[in-house]
Amino acid sequence: MSSLLRLATAGSVDDGKSTLVGRLLYDTKSVLADQLDAVTRASVDKGLSTPDLSLLVDGLRSEREQGITIDVAYRYFATPRRSFVLADTPGHVQYTRNTVTGASTAQLAVLLVDARKGVIEQTRRHAAVLALLGVPNLVLAVNKIDLVGYDEATFTVIAEEFAEHAASLGYERGSVLAVPVSALVGDNVAEKSAKTPWYSGPTLLEHLETVPVAPDPHDSAFRFPVQYVIRPRTADHPDYRGYAGQIAAGTVRPGDEIVVLPQGIRSRVEGIDTADGPLAEAGAGTSVTLLLTDDVDISRGDLIAAADRQPTVTDEITATLCWLSAKALKPGARVLVKHGTRTVQALVGELHARFDEQTLSSVDDPGTLELNDIGRVTLRLAEEIGVDDYGVSPRTGAFLVIDPKDGDTLAAGLVGERFA
Amino acid sequence: MTTLEPATDAAQDNLAALESEAIHIFREVAGEFDRPVILFSGGKDSTLLLHLAIKAFWPAPVPFPLLHVDTGHNFDEVIDFRDRVVERHGLRLVVAKVQDWIDDGRLEERADGMRNPLQTTPLLDTIAENKFDAVFGGGRRDEERARAKERIFSLRNAFGQWEPRRQRPELWNLYNGRHRPGEQVRVFPLSNWTEADVWNYIAREKVELPSIYYAHRREVYQRDGMWLAEGPWGGPRPDEVVKELTVRYRTVGDGSCTGAIESTAATVDEVIAEVSASRLTERGATRADDRMSEAAMEDRKREGYF
Repeated sequence: MSSLLRLATAGSVDDGKSTLVGRLLYDTKSVLADQLDAVTRASVDKGLSTPDLSLLVDGLRSEREQGITIDVAYRYFATPRRSFVLADTPGHVQYTRNTVTGASTAQLAVLLVDARKGVIEQTRRHAAVLALLGVPNLVLAVNKIDLVGYDEATFTVIAEEFAEHAASLGYERGSVLAVPVSALVGDNVAEKSAKTPWYSGPTLLEHLETVPVAPDPHDSAFRFPVQYVIRPRTADHPDYRGYAGQIAAGTVRPGDEIVVLPQGIRSRVEGIDTADGPLAEAGAGTSVTLLLTDDVDISRGDLIAAADRQPTVTDEITATLCWLSAKALKPGARVLVKHGTRTVQALVGELHARFDEQTLSSVDDPGTLELNDIGRVTLRLAEEIGVDDYGVSPRTGAFLVIDPKDGDTLAAGLVGERFA
Repeated sequence: MTTLEPATDAAQDNLAALESEAIHIFREVAGEFDRPVILFSGGKDSTLLLHLAIKAFWPAPVPFPLLHVDTGHNFDEVIDFRDRVVERHGLRLVVAKVQDWIDDGRLEERADGMRNPLQTTPLLDTIAENKFDAVFGGGRRDEERARAKERIFSLRNAFGQWEPRRQRPELWNLYNGRHRPGEQVRVFPLSNWTEADVWNYIAREKVELPSIYYAHRREVYQRDGMWLAEGPWGGPRPDEVVKELTVRYRTVGDGSCTGAIESTAATVDEVIAEVSASRLTERGATRADDRMSEAAMEDRKREGYF
């Protein structure tokens, strides 16, 4: 079992996400005395009789003033069984882009709903975003269960409605767990609640500790975006020429035949170097320096890939975009595409469809994409790049769309058709 | 922060992942920026930062200089350490002395004598003067609530200010370093490290730290619940009693606001054991500057501090 789980929270505003995160930190004893003192003091100042655990995580002045979460924050906690990196994301519609930020690296998402309100528009929107990004595991935390009198029927109706929605997004029943919780009181977060005897499943924390995390498939094709060329030109290393980067997918061994894209030059791996010495093998996520048998011209932005399983080299990609900017997308716009270590100029071509995450259907030729819209477009690139379908290889199927004028990140891009 | 325990096999995997991530971040900056610089105070986090930078570019030298904002209220052991490290690795060191800004009137000494808050102006001036466009810092998200909100690539405007509401989304491991002239990007390769990770990695890599991180005898006096050492920052006052105690430091910063803790932990393993039993965070225990207001860190970051 993996020792580390990266998770994200999602859900609507005021459904208690910050309180739940505060509760997880508190119940796993990840809060130290001085932090708790500060929260207790601030809670007393606000006239509260118990510590407001959301103050543990809402770190910004304006967040505490308004009692809402504005920006994603990262939290770290651990139990004897596992370590966790948690992206605590805001629920406001205007901050959905932060949900995308938090979810892009998550292996599991905890989606909160208020038991009094059930599945609402924002729940469906967030679930669609999580499905689009390929977050493999979902937990529905039906929060504030105390405020509906711990009613089993209320929980069941919400859990069923959500399971149906998730199923139509492609989540199998087994990959979604619904838990009745009260973040405020602590029911079923770390401790099993006596008030929900009808619930036989695990507590939220127990599930987080034990849920299997799918490792990167070992049979993925080798992908290595070249970040930086290391040429010391020192007395000790006069002829050293290494290509530094982080392995995006697959594994590499000395002797492997590779191809350098987009040029299409073939060579072989001579060695895998690190500051701690050479390696016999290296896998996805590892930062290494590759030495090749041939003296070829390779620079930052090139992609080294397995010669027998190459990505598609193209200057035109069809992709799904999560539009994250208030500046609307219009066909004909000039943008930058950052894919791996390569940034290329691009022209927005046809806007084929916009995804309606409420009805799970698509609208043809929508004209524009607005903030938080998800759409399918064709992008024409000034140079060829080597891409994979996001569903097959997320790291080489993902890209950023950047505004060339001010450098803002406009969209999260996923190569291929992610919705019908 | 998480509980500090000696690293298990799984934790070693986690350290390897954190190391790879930090190396990736260093190389991205080297590939995308013209004039990066590493902020270096000689403390454990910036020492770790430098250790990772050296690994990222090995066997080539680190392609960036170091910048130390010197408050003038340093511990001698830390300045000695700083100079030895720079010498050993053949690095270039830029020093911005707060005293210079006070002497020519660009800054005014505070009534409480604290110089940590005075660092922002020399930092921003020196960044502008040297046209640094990417500035590495050792900040970690587990240190403080406002820091938990920080992106790994954090865009600052031409005044060096952080605007948390307008942060760019940060997706996958694709870092966006685009910026307009005059703007800069603060980069935090240790964002995802906890205090436990830092100490376990220091143990694994046998990273040398300034001696004051380990137990030693020192004359100290108590002020605002902290053990302060004698120094040019004013103290002890006549009513403050000096005692010789066995102490060590959990963080290293300006001497006027960095307190020692009573400790007999003289080795890395003993420090790990001690910190894992502590009920106080490293900053809550010994940093006066974070106690000034509930949002002290956020307010300083908005002004341009790290």
